[in-house]
Amino acid sequence: MSILVYIEHAEGAIKKTSLEAVSYASALAEKEGKEVVAVALGAIEENELAKAGTAGAQKVLHIADEKLNAGVIQAHASAVAQAYEKAGADTLVLAKSSLGDAVAARLSVKLKAGLASNVVALPDEDGGYKVKRSIYTGKAFTSTLITTPHKILAVKKNAVPLKEYGGAATVEALDVTLEEGDFAAKITSTDKATGEISLPEADIIVSGGRGMKGPENWNLIEDLAKAMGAATGCSKPVSDSGWRPHHEHVGQTGVKVAPSLYVAVGISGAIQHLAGVNASKNIVVINKDPEAPFFKAADYGIVGDAFEILPKLTEAIKAIK
Amino acid sequence: MKILVCITHVPDTTSKIQFTDNNTKFDKNGVQFIIGPYDDYALARAVELRDQTGGKLTVLNVGEAETEPTLRKALAIGADEAIRVNAFPSDSLFVANQIAHYAKEGGYDLILMGRESIDFNGGMVHGMVAETLGMPSVSPVMKLDLEGEVAKISREIEGGKEQLEVKLPFVAGCQEPIAEWKIPNMRGIMSARTKPLNVVEAVSDEAATETVGYELPPAKGAVKLIDKDNVQELVQLLQTDAKVL
Repeated sequence: MSILVYIEHAEGAIKKTSLEAVSYASALAEKEGKEVVAVALGAIEENELAKAGTAGAQKVLHIADEKLNAGVIQAHASAVAQAYEKAGADTLVLAKSSLGDAVAARLSVKLKAGLASNVVALPDEDGGYKVKRSIYTGKAFTSTLITTPHKILAVKKNAVPLKEYGGAATVEALDVTLEEGDFAAKITSTDKATGEISLPEADIIVSGGRGMKGPENWNLIEDLAKAMGAATGCSKPVSDSGWRPHHEHVGQTGVKVAPSLYVAVGISGAIQHLAGVNASKNIVVINKDPEAPFFKAADYGIVGDAFEILPKLTEAIKAIK
Repeated sequence: MKILVCITHVPDTTSKIQFTDNNTKFDKNGVQFIIGPYDDYALARAVELRDQTGGKLTVLNVGEAETEPTLRKALAIGADEAIRVNAFPSDSLFVANQIAHYAKEGGYDLILMGRESIDFNGGMVHGMVAETLGMPSVSPVMKLDLEGEVAKISREIEGGKEQLEVKLPFVAGCQEPIAEWKIPNMRGIMSARTKPLNVVEAVSDEAATETVGYELPPAKGAVKLIDKDNVQELVQLLQTDAKVL
């Protein structure tokens, strides 16, 4: 038996979250005495596929069909279902993401597999197959018992350590049959912010709120982010006012993030914002209002004027880099 | 145009999450339940599309009797009729099966719902419904316009967005800024009282998963405050204490 891992990549570079999923699968496979097979779709170089080996995969199935370069949900689900059968798998592991969720949902029906999302730990297989999941936007955990022979586990970002197994994976080309109906949703164009660090993938995020007073002051946020190698984000009122694009909105109804470090500047910390950031490992809050609710969720805080603090902090970061 | 909007009945975002019965049951004490925030976006856009094209907007929830006030609110916002599938929503596959079973005979042109619920955060139901019905699915949808039988969609992807075209019927998981949330007005609230709210029994279905217990995360330690004139100390703590720089 094997565990199949669905790998996502951004223009040929495997996503860190997908490598975490491979690491997770490897730890699970060790426990269960199984093989880890990864599957990658679309154009991706062989040396990049080999990275799945260092994260613990023994084999990578590469479905090179260029029509799969774009993330058409139905087509990806059909292709992965065929890889699952080819690999002789009984478990599918993937990283929780917009595309991953959509693909996993369809596969759950196709494979008649019980599905656990937002998984944060290896299953407890003592008396059933119980999986710990994050729920209520990080405010609680639940233990979910999967009762079907086939299982799908969508792993939450940063919930499991990325382990280097140092192995090498053999890459095998796989041909699959895709129907016209798999491409019923036609992607007509893609607008990608270039040169920026993607917010959901970022390890450090610097976010600004209304306390920044206007878009003309965003250079202070960007300077700090650049010094830290961070992505930039913002609160909902900021994106609603059009100061920043919507894809930078961090919060419950925007992007939910889980970086190692989240720096919130001039954001008071409305509960909807906190719901989007509470999976961060460390939170720094800079706000002139000592009563800002965000300080209750923060690990480190500075009470003061962002316009004075940010340039000093940027210089201090530059000095250590 | 026949539109089906599926809504969740979830604790308000500000609710304190607690459990009872030895951490096996959600504690509803003092909790206000609302339409899932993402479902609210789907409903708001569905009302606009129904107003533009005519037809009928049905709102559906899989839940027990306690969810009826939530369905009445959806009627007050503008849905024409409400359906409650009488069952405890035990897992996403069970909920998706109930929706797909109901929708199968309905001839819906469009099935909309939020990208995810805010209780279990799975984000799976729209994809499961679509797969079961053999329809395309798109999520998370930020913009949805109709041009005859074709929907023009803008979907969020990591670090940007993507434009798609898809022929009706299909299933969409929605999020902002697809439409502004609608607040029921007095006329809506009055008319909601007389709109049909039908209860249908669930189709039996074996569950694939079962919730066996809950736990709360460990309490957060107090914030460490640093003097605004000593940002060096913050940098040092991030290096040596948090080890993130």
